[in-house]
Amino acid sequence: MKGRRWRRILDHLEIDRAVKRIAFEILERNKGPRDLVLVGIPTPGPILAERIRRHMENVEGVRVPTGSLDITFYRDDIDARPRPMPKSTAIPVDVTGKTVILVDDVLYTGRTVRAALDALMDHGRPSKVQLAVLVDRGHRELPIRADFVGRNIPTGRHEEVHVLLTERGDKVDEVIIGEGEIS
Amino acid sequence: MIGKSRHLLGLDGLAAADLTRVLDAAVGMKEVSRRKIKKVPTLRGKTVVNLFFEPSTRTRTSFEIAAKRLSADAVNFTASASSTVKGETLIDTVKNIESMAPDVVVIRHKYSGATHMLSDRLRCSVVNAGDGSNQHPSQGLLDLYTVREKKGNLKGLKVVIAGDITHSRVARSDIYGFTRMGAEVFVTGPPTMIPPGIEHMGAKVAPSFEAGIEGADVIIMLRIQLERRSGALIPGLREYARFFGLNAQRLKLAKEDVLVMHPGPINRGVEISSEIADGIQSVILEQVENGVAVRMAILYLLCGGTDEVAD
Amino acid sequence: MKWLIKGGRILDPASGRDEVADILLEDGVIAGVGKQIVESRGAGKVQAKGLLVLPGMLDMHCHLREPGFEYKETVASGAAAAVKGGITSVMCMANTNPVNDGASVTAYILDKAADAGLARVYPVGSVTKGMKGESLSEMGELAAAGCVAVSDDGHPVPNGEIMRRAIQYSAAFGLFVIDHAEDLSIAGEGVMHEGYVSTMLGLEGIPTSAAVSEMARNIALLREFGGRIHIAHVSTRSAVDLIRNARAEGLDVTAETCPHYFTLDQEAVIGYDTSAKVKPPLRTADDVQGVIEGLADGTIEVIATDHAPHHADEKDVEFDLAAFGISGLETALALTLGLVEKGRLSLMDAFTKWTVNPARIAGLPGGRLEAGQPADVIVVDADREWTVDPAAFLSKGRNTPFRGMKVRGQVVNTFVGGNMVFDRAKGITR
Repeated sequence: MKGRRWRRILDHLEIDRAVKRIAFEILERNKGPRDLVLVGIPTPGPILAERIRRHMENVEGVRVPTGSLDITFYRDDIDARPRPMPKSTAIPVDVTGKTVILVDDVLYTGRTVRAALDALMDHGRPSKVQLAVLVDRGHRELPIRADFVGRNIPTGRHEEVHVLLTERGDKVDEVIIGEGEIS
Repeated sequence: MIGKSRHLLGLDGLAAADLTRVLDAAVGMKEVSRRKIKKVPTLRGKTVVNLFFEPSTRTRTSFEIAAKRLSADAVNFTASASSTVKGETLIDTVKNIESMAPDVVVIRHKYSGATHMLSDRLRCSVVNAGDGSNQHPSQGLLDLYTVREKKGNLKGLKVVIAGDITHSRVARSDIYGFTRMGAEVFVTGPPTMIPPGIEHMGAKVAPSFEAGIEGADVIIMLRIQLERRSGALIPGLREYARFFGLNAQRLKLAKEDVLVMHPGPINRGVEISSEIADGIQSVILEQVENGVAVRMAILYLLCGGTDEVAD
Repeated sequence: MKWLIKGGRILDPASGRDEVADILLEDGVIAGVGKQIVESRGAGKVQAKGLLVLPGMLDMHCHLREPGFEYKETVASGAAAAVKGGITSVMCMANTNPVNDGASVTAYILDKAADAGLARVYPVGSVTKGMKGESLSEMGELAAAGCVAVSDDGHPVPNGEIMRRAIQYSAAFGLFVIDHAEDLSIAGEGVMHEGYVSTMLGLEGIPTSAAVSEMARNIALLREFGGRIHIAHVSTRSAVDLIRNARAEGLDVTAETCPHYFTLDQEAVIGYDTSAKVKPPLRTADDVQGVIEGLADGTIEVIATDHAPHHADEKDVEFDLAAFGISGLETALALTLGLVEKGRLSLMDAFTKWTVNPARIAGLPGGRLEAGQPADVIVVDADREWTVDPAAFLSKGRNTPFRGMKVRGQVVNTFVGGNMVFDRAKGITR
C-alpha cells in the first residue's frame, strides 16, 4: 500500500466503470464505431485505449483500429531534461479522414496533448480529433479541454496523480494522489 | 550524452548499455524516417555543421538528412580547399566554425586522432565521421543496428571483417562495437593488411579467409583501394578479387542466413562480386537506410538535453 | 670569484669518490676537494649539507636550433635550459638552417654560445653537405672551426658507401660519427612505434627493424674497415643486443640512450599525445627493460637528452603532422634519478653516463671533480619533489610528455668555469 501522504481516489471498479462509460460516450457522440481510430499516448495511454477498444468491441462487435503515438520528439521541454528515449509509435491505419480519439491517463497542463496534436498531424490529416482522459486534474496552461473525462479531480499543484494499471505490472488498478516518495 | 561524453569520437570506452541506448533511440528514428512526413521538430533551432576535410558524399549526406529530419539546421563546410590555406591550423579552422555557435560539429578528417584533438578544445559536441585509419563510430553503430534488427541479438554471433584491416576505421569501430555487444569478431585479409596486436582490441585473426567465413553470421567486406603505397601491400586488384574477394562459392561456407555487409562504396568484382552485393543475403542498402536513423539518434542524444543520463 | 661548496656529498664517478667533503673553485678550475677546506678569504659560500655535489653533466646530443629556427630555441635559451637542468656542456646537432656543414655556421654557433656564457657548447658538424646524404662535408674545416663530431642526426645516412667513407675520413681530424640509425625504407611514413598501440590508434607504425637494420650495416662497415661510431638514441632491446655483440667482438662502438627511452613506452601516445611523438619512437615495455639492462651492463655508456625543442604550433596539430621530438634538458636529471630510485642503476653508474663517459668518448674537458679540472660543478637536491611544468621551462620548447609528472631531484646550483650560472632561488645568475 502507499505511504500516509498518498491516498486512493479511484479503485479498480471505478476505473473500469469510467473506461466503460468513456467507450459508450465516444460511440454515442460519433454515432457508432465507423471511421474511429483510438490512439493512446505512451505510457499508459495505449493501455487505456486498448481497454476502450475492448468495450467497444463487446458492444458493437467491431474492432476499432488502436495504436500508440509517441510524443517525445514534440515535447516543448526537451532541452530541460536528460534526453528521454523515444517510445513506440504504431498506428495501424492512415489517420487521414478519420476521427482520432487521443487517449491519455491524466490531463493536467495540456502540454502533452499539444505535443500529441502536433505529432498526430505528422501522420496525416484526421477529419476530427477528440480527447479522452481518465482523470482531469485541472491547472491548464494551454487552451485545451477533454471531450471525454473519467473523473474530474481537484488537485494542488504540488500534488502528483498516478494511474496504476495491471498491464504495466502494477498489482491493482487504481488512481492515487499525493506528494513525495511513494513508499 | 552518449556514455559519459558529449562527444562521439569512437566506440571504445562505451559500455554495452551505452551502445544499446543509441540503438534503441534509433528505432524511433527509423519509424520517423518511414513516415510520409519524415520530419519532427525535436532539434528546432539547433545547428549541425558537417565539417568534411575529406570528400565523402555519402556520410555527409546521411548526417545532413539526419539533422534535417530532426529539424536542426544543417550546414555543410567542405574544407578540402580552404583548410589547407597556409598558416591556418586545423584548430584555427574549427575555432572559426565554433564562433558561429553550432551545437554539433560532425568532422571527417584524413588523419587519425584529429577529432580527439579538436574535442578537447571545443565547447560544442564533436561527432567523429571518420578520422584517418582510426574510427568511424556512426558506421560501427549502424552496423550494430542492422545486425541487431535482423538477428534480434548480437551475443554469440560470429562476425568476420575482411579486407585492409590496418587502414580501416570501419574495422576498428566494428571490432569495438561487436565485441562489446558479445559477438565474436574475426578479421581476415592479406597478411600485409592485418596490423600487429589486433588481438588487443578483442578481435581474432582468422587463419584464412575461408576459415573466417566458415559458419559466419555476419560478413563485413571492406572497400579495397589502390593508393600510392598499396603496391607494397597487394600486387593488384585482379589477384585480390580472386583470393580475397567474396563470391558465391566462398559465401557457401557461411551460415545460410548470413548477412553480407559493406560500408560502401562497393567495388563490384573486387572485394565483392555483383551477385553477392545484389543477393538476398546482402543488407548493404539497409545499412544506408539505418545509417540515417542511427545518425539521427546520435544527434538527438548529443544535441541539447541536460547532462544527466536519462533512464 | 672563488666559490667554496661546503659539506656536500661529493660524488665523482671518475675517481669513485663518494664522501662528504668541501670543494673549492678558483680561477675557473677546481682548486681542491677535501675534508674541512679552510675558508679562503673572499670566497662565495654554498652550504651543501644534505645535497649532492656532482661534476656538471655533459649532454652529447641536443638541438639548439640556431641558426634558422630561433623560434624553437636559440643557443642562449638552450644553454640556459641546460644549466638549469645541471648540464654544463652540450653537443649540438647540425640540423640547423643552414646546416652546420662548414666553418661559418660552426663559428656562428660558438659566437652565440660565448655571448650566452652559460653552458659550454660543442657543435657537431654534418656528415654530408646540407645533410643531403650525397657527399661528405668539409670535415677538416669543421674540426678546425671547433666541431667535435659529425652527424646527420635527424636523418640517417642512407648511402652505405658515404657512411663507410665518413667513418674513415672523419678519423683523420679526430672526429667521430654519431649515427642516427634509421632505415627510412622500413620506417616509411610511420609516426610511432609499430605495435598494438599504433594498431589501436590507426597510426602508421615504425617497425623496430628500422633502427636495427641500419645499425647492423654500420657495424658491418666497422668490422671490415675499422674506425669508430657512436650510436645515438638507442631505443630497443634488439639494438642493445646488437651493440653488446659488436662491443664483445672488440669493435669501437659506443652508444647512448635518452631518459624518455628508459621511462616511457608506446602507451604514452594513447590519446594522440603529440608530446610523446619522438624519433626514434617510444617502444614497447620490453624495449624499455632492454634499454635499462643495456645501461646496467655497460653496453650503453652514455645518457643524453636528444633535446628537441619545438614551437607549440608544431605540436598542437594532427598527430601525423606534428613534429618529432621532446624538450629534454630540464627533466633529464630527475628522470635519471628516477631510474636510480627504482634500483636499476647505482647513483654512481648513472652519473658515470652523464659525466666521465661522454667526456671520454667525445674528448671533452670536464666531467670530473679533481683538482685542476674545469670548475663545472652542480649541486643537486636529490630528494626535492617537483611537478614538471613546461610553462616554467627556460627552453623555448615546452614539448614534453612528462608534463604534470611528479619527479624527484632538482639542481640547486650550477657552476661553469668557476662561475655560478644558475641558482634555484634566483634563476640564471649571469
